[in-house]
Amino acid sequence: MANSDTNQRVVVTGLGVLAPNGHGLDAYEAALRGGVSGIRFIPKLAEQNFACQVGGVPQGVDALQHGYLAADDLLAMNDAMIYAAIAGIDCWRDAGLREISPEAPVDWDTGAIVGTGIGGMQTIGERLIPTVDKGRVRRLGSTMVEQVMCSAVSAKLGGLLALGGQTTTNSSACTTGTEAVIDAYHKIRTGQIARMIAGGAEGASHYTWSGFDGMKVLNSQSNDAPERASRPMSASAAGFVPGSGAGMLMLESLSSAQHRGARIYAEVLGGHVNSGGQRDGGSMTAPNPDGVVRCIRTALAVAGIGPGEVDAINGHLTATFADPYELENWRRALDVDAAHLPPINATKSMIGHALGAAGALEAVATVLQLHRGFLHGSINCEDLHPKIEPFRASVVDRTRAFTGRIIAKSSFGFGDVNGCVLFRQWSH
Amino acid sequence: MTEAQITEKVIALVTPYVKNREALANVTKDTTFLGDLGINSARLVDIVLAFEDEFGIEVSDDAADSIATVGDAVTLIGKLTA
Repeated sequence: MANSDTNQRVVVTGLGVLAPNGHGLDAYEAALRGGVSGIRFIPKLAEQNFACQVGGVPQGVDALQHGYLAADDLLAMNDAMIYAAIAGIDCWRDAGLREISPEAPVDWDTGAIVGTGIGGMQTIGERLIPTVDKGRVRRLGSTMVEQVMCSAVSAKLGGLLALGGQTTTNSSACTTGTEAVIDAYHKIRTGQIARMIAGGAEGASHYTWSGFDGMKVLNSQSNDAPERASRPMSASAAGFVPGSGAGMLMLESLSSAQHRGARIYAEVLGGHVNSGGQRDGGSMTAPNPDGVVRCIRTALAVAGIGPGEVDAINGHLTATFADPYELENWRRALDVDAAHLPPINATKSMIGHALGAAGALEAVATVLQLHRGFLHGSINCEDLHPKIEPFRASVVDRTRAFTGRIIAKSSFGFGDVNGCVLFRQWSH
Repeated sequence: MTEAQITEKVIALVTPYVKNREALANVTKDTTFLGDLGINSARLVDIVLAFEDEFGIEVSDDAADSIATVGDAVTLIGKLTA
């Protein structure tokens, strides 16, 4: 229900995750704590002569999907939609909302912002283009549009859950998942709606990954050692590893959460998204450092906290040349010496870079770390990058207990777009 | 192919699209795809493609539009495979 109070507090009351290294909160937490990599050799990439032949793909989905989706639903769903549905349904149930049923009435108090970076590329590559190119448009059937439209990942989930609030898809490259959380936060904070499912989903198609391989931004040096392939902050980082999956967060006004006695994982203090304008070092594929610094500082201001109150950072950190710049940008934004940067870790070291889902998968990791009191280690950074050496004390290279209260989650994407959101541990 | 064989195949082909599973257990010639079986109308396109593949036939758009019941489908397929 809309609320005339336009300065609502916003909390997280549900989580869902389908990641390359675990499905469900307990499995994901165990994998993060244990440094378990979800990166595997992908035979299809080898067959198609990719330089990078490893990737992160959620496991067991072929069997899992039948517990979530009816046969006729699955006939019209690609990987990204299935991932979004599984994580979204998990998130809904985790939030303690009503039973999911085709007979359930519309829930006018819940909407969804579920983003994707590349969208229905799998369907386009495997079915649409080959069929159209043979002049057999008639053979496409009825399910192409609903799978290739950018909003497929949010629209299908909206129907499964009977969402009656705004149900949309955002897309801002690798910032997408974090942007979804921030957009949903603003929607709830301003009293427009009680709940929003915020997240991102990205499919596991080699077509999606091909353009990145062509750009030579993927790691082609570790095909025989997949678990060591994703190496954020490492001197031997040689590009990112493509990933996939979905992460979802149920954002809810505090008043709605308290009214229904919901469990609260964390509070969303605030966040900000901006662009560096592709000037001063920024481009379609690299961030303007001033844009990053401004994004972080504005996020802090929206959250109403000072730079000294950030207790940890979940970085974007993809394992490209940009990692050292990211730490330097954080140092500038918080106005500290390198030795005093808050602890920082890279979830991508275990799951790869899930593009439009990355920020969402990492936001789930961030909230889990706050709620369950740990910081996961970044794997594969034993050989720290020389430019990151001054930050050595801040790099979380092994899992440890965490008693801080605030973690920042940042993402940066192609198009010189930035996002930063601040989560605070919920105290009763 | 006998009418009974065609009917059996038609039911098997539409089963993945059926929302109303109870109606599926009591199918007659007069059972409608949309009203009784609860099939999403957009999926009739896919069901006709499945008929074409299974029976090696080509169904014109006009003929496809004439299919409302299981009996309609079986009769049409019977004619096209005769």
